[in-house]
Amino acid sequence: MIQTLPELIAAHPLFAGLPGDVAELVAGCARTVAFGPGRLIFSEGERAETLYLLRRGRVALEVRRPGKAPLMVETLSAGALLGWSWLLPPYRWHLDARALGTVLAVAIDADCLRAKADKDPEFGYRLLQRMSAVIVDRLQATRFRLLDLYGAVAP
Amino acid sequence: MRLDPPFLASARVLAAGELDTLFAALAARGYETLAPGVRDGVIRLVPASGAAELPAGMHDRQAPGSYALEDGGDGELFGYAVGPDSLKGQLLPPHQSVLRATPDEGGLRIEPAPTEAARVAVVGARPCEVAATTVLERVLIGGAYPDPGAAARRKALFVVALECRRPATTCRCTSFGTGPGLEHGADLVMIELDPPPKRGGDPGAHRFLVRAQSPAGAEVLAALPTSEATRRDADRRRDALGAATRAIAASSNPEVVARGLLGHIEAPGWEEIASRCLSCGNCTMVCPTCFCTEVRDRSDLSGTLERERRWSSCFEVGHSLLTSGPVRRSVAARYRQWATHKLATWQTQFGTTGCVGCGRCVTWCPVGIDLGAEAAALAGTGAASRRGTT
Amino acid sequence: MTNASSAPAGTPVLVPLAYRVVARRHETADVTTLRLSPVADAVAPGRPGQFNMLSAFGVGEAAISLSAAPDATGEVQHTIRDVGPVSHALCTSAPGDLVGVRGPFGTDWGVDDLGYGDTVVVAGGIGLAPLAGAIDVLAERRRYGGGRVFVAVGARNPDQVMLRAELGRWLAAGVRVRVTVDAAPAGFTGGVGLVTQLLPGLGFDPARTTALVCGPEVMIRFSVRALVDLGVPPGAVRVSLERNMQCGTALCGHCQLGPLLLCRDGPVVTWNDELATLLTENER
Repeated sequence: MIQTLPELIAAHPLFAGLPGDVAELVAGCARTVAFGPGRLIFSEGERAETLYLLRRGRVALEVRRPGKAPLMVETLSAGALLGWSWLLPPYRWHLDARALGTVLAVAIDADCLRAKADKDPEFGYRLLQRMSAVIVDRLQATRFRLLDLYGAVAP
Repeated sequence: MRLDPPFLASARVLAAGELDTLFAALAARGYETLAPGVRDGVIRLVPASGAAELPAGMHDRQAPGSYALEDGGDGELFGYAVGPDSLKGQLLPPHQSVLRATPDEGGLRIEPAPTEAARVAVVGARPCEVAATTVLERVLIGGAYPDPGAAARRKALFVVALECRRPATTCRCTSFGTGPGLEHGADLVMIELDPPPKRGGDPGAHRFLVRAQSPAGAEVLAALPTSEATRRDADRRRDALGAATRAIAASSNPEVVARGLLGHIEAPGWEEIASRCLSCGNCTMVCPTCFCTEVRDRSDLSGTLERERRWSSCFEVGHSLLTSGPVRRSVAARYRQWATHKLATWQTQFGTTGCVGCGRCVTWCPVGIDLGAEAAALAGTGAASRRGTT
Repeated sequence: MTNASSAPAGTPVLVPLAYRVVARRHETADVTTLRLSPVADAVAPGRPGQFNMLSAFGVGEAAISLSAAPDATGEVQHTIRDVGPVSHALCTSAPGDLVGVRGPFGTDWGVDDLGYGDTVVVAGGIGLAPLAGAIDVLAERRRYGGGRVFVAVGARNPDQVMLRAELGRWLAAGVRVRVTVDAAPAGFTGGVGLVTQLLPGLGFDPARTTALVCGPEVMIRFSVRALVDLGVPPGAVRVSLERNMQCGTALCGHCQLGPLLLCRDGPVVTWNDELATLLTENER
C-alpha cells in the first residue's frame, strides 16, 4: 500500500492526533528519503536544515573521537524524530547521524517549516509543544544515564 | 482492680523464709537458676543458688541516661525495676555458633552447632520482660523458618516472674498493657508482700503471693511449702499494683504514635534527635525485643572455620549495607529506622508492637534520649524534652 | 508471588549444604555464572525470582538470585557480580570448588499465572540474572503458543551485556528481545539509550500486560513510571527489590524496608503507591 506524504506525516507520532490540515501544511515542505546502511545523514558542524521523521530502520547519533571509533550516544528507531538543531539559531548539527541499516524517513525542509510556523502561530505553538515533549523525554533519559546506574559502585 | 474468685483459688502464699525451697525445687528439676544480683553497681541476672544471694534492700533510681543503686537497709528482696539484662539473652544469646567446618578429604565436613538447650530458670523476671519474650517468640519461632536454637532454649526456660511494686521513672508498661501485674506468660508469678523495714530483722509477715501460669509452674508450686491465700493477701497485691500503676507515667497511645510516626517520615525532628544520638546502639542491645543478628566466618590456618551469629544493631552503618553502600547513612535515618520499626512497622511484620515499655533504652542511652517522648513529639501527639539528660 | 514453604521442624535453617562448582562461565569482566551440583543432600528446587544464600567458606554468605529455572539435573545456577568479599570469592571459584547453599528463600515472579496475555520484562545490569529463569519459562511457553514475551535489557556498555547465550535462546524461541546501553563504540548493533526508551516501540498491549522489573532501584522506579505512563496497571507490575539480606529466613532483621522484610515479603513485590513512597523517602 502506497501512502501519501500527508498520510505518512499524520501517522508519525510527532504529528499524530493533530488536526488534518496540519499534515497537509507540513507535507508542503516534505519529501520522502532513503539512506543506505552506514550512510552519514548529517554531520557535526554542518548547517541544520532538515527535520527527519523516521519511518523504518535505526539511526545512531555519534560523537567523533581522536584515535577511537566514534561513540554512539543514542540510537533512534522508527517513530522517532531525528534532528532539532534546525529549530533555533545558529542552525548547526551538534552530532553525526548515521544510518544503521536501510533507513526510510520523511525529510522536512526546516526553512519552509519555520516560515509556516511564523506565519501560523497556532501551528507553530503545536509544533513546539510536540518538539518539546520529545526533547524533554530525551533530556530526562540522558540525565538518568548520567547516573551510571549499572556502574561498578554508585558514588 | 477486680478480683476474680478464681484468683484466690489459684494463689498460694510462700513465706519469704521459705524462698530457698523454690531454688531447691528448680535445682532438683535440673534447672540452672539465674536471679538478680549486683554486679558493677547494676542489677544483673546472675547464677544463684538461694535467697540469701538476692540483693536485699537494694533499690534503683533510673532516669533518662542514668541508673543508680542505693541500699535502703530494708529486707525487700525484689525492690528494683529492670536492669540491663532481659530474657532476650536466654532466647537469643549475644554470641552463638552456627556451624563448624573442617577440611575432610578434599571436601569440608560441616557440623551444625547443636541446638539442644540446657534447662534455665530465671527468678525475678518482670511482667514487661515476659511480654517481650512473647514478642521475641513470634519473631524467632513463629515464622516460616523457626530458629531451632531459640525454640529449644524457650522450651527449656522456666520463668518465675515478679510483679512490680517499685517501678522506675522510665517505666511505661501501663501504656502497652504489659505491667505492672502479669496475667499470663510466666511459669510462676509472684508478688512480694510486706517486706520488713530492716534487713536481718524479724521477717514477720514477709511473704510472696504465688500463682502458676503453666503446667510446669503448677508442678513446681505444688512442691513448695505454701499456704492458702487470704482475701487480705489479695487486697495487699491489689493495693501494691494500684500504687505502682499510679506511679508509672502514662505515655501517648502507642497506636496513635505509630500512625503519627509513619506520617512524619520526613519531619525535621529526626535531624534534631540525630544531633544528640551517638549511634552507639546501646538502646538496641538492652532492648528486650531487638533481635538483629549478623553472621561472621572465622577460619584458622588449618582450614577449620567457625561460623558465628551475634547480636547486631540497626545503628551500625553497615546494617543496611548494599553493593552501592549503606542505605541508611545518616544517624537520623538510622534512628528513624529504629523508632519506626520498634513502634510502628513491627506491627505489620509480626502482628505485635515491638515495644513493651520497659524503659531500658531510655535509661541506658548515654545521652538520655527518651524514645517514647521523642516519638510522641514527632508524631505530633506530645511534647518531647528538648534535652533528655538529667 | 508465593512464599517459600516452611522448613521442616528442627532444620538448622542457617546451615548450608555442600555443593560443588561444576561449570563456570564468565559473562562480563565482573560477572560470572556458576552451576552448582549437590555433594549429597540438595536444597529444594527454587522458583524463578527466589534466591539462595551462598557461602564462600571462610569468607561469608551472600544472597544471590537463581539465574535459571530448575531442571532435571538438580543443579542450581547463579549469576554473580564481583562486588564484595563473598561475591569475589564466589566469582573466582573454579570447577570442583565447594560452595555452601541454603534456600530457596523469598517470593518469586509468579510465572505460573503468566503467559496468557503479554509479558514485558525490564532488566537493568545484573538485574537480568533474577529474571532469566522467568524468561526461560515464558520462552518455553511461547514456543508452544503461550502469550507474547518482550524483554528490554539495559546495560552500561556492550561489554557489560550478560547472559548472551540466553538472549540468543530467547530470541530463537520467539521472544522479542531489545538491548540498549548507555554508550557504545560505533559498530554496536544494539540500541544506545535508556531502557525505558525501548518500551514504547516493543508493541505490547498495556492493558493486558504483566511487567517484571529488576535492576538498580532508581532504574526500577523510572521503569515502573514509564510502564504505568504507557497504560500498564500498577498492580500488574512486579519488581524485585534488594536490601541487606544476611539470613533469608526473616530472623536477622537486616532487610528492612518500612513494613517489609524483603527476604520474606520480597524480593518480588507487586507495585503499589506505598512502595513508591517507601522507595523515594529519604533513607540516607
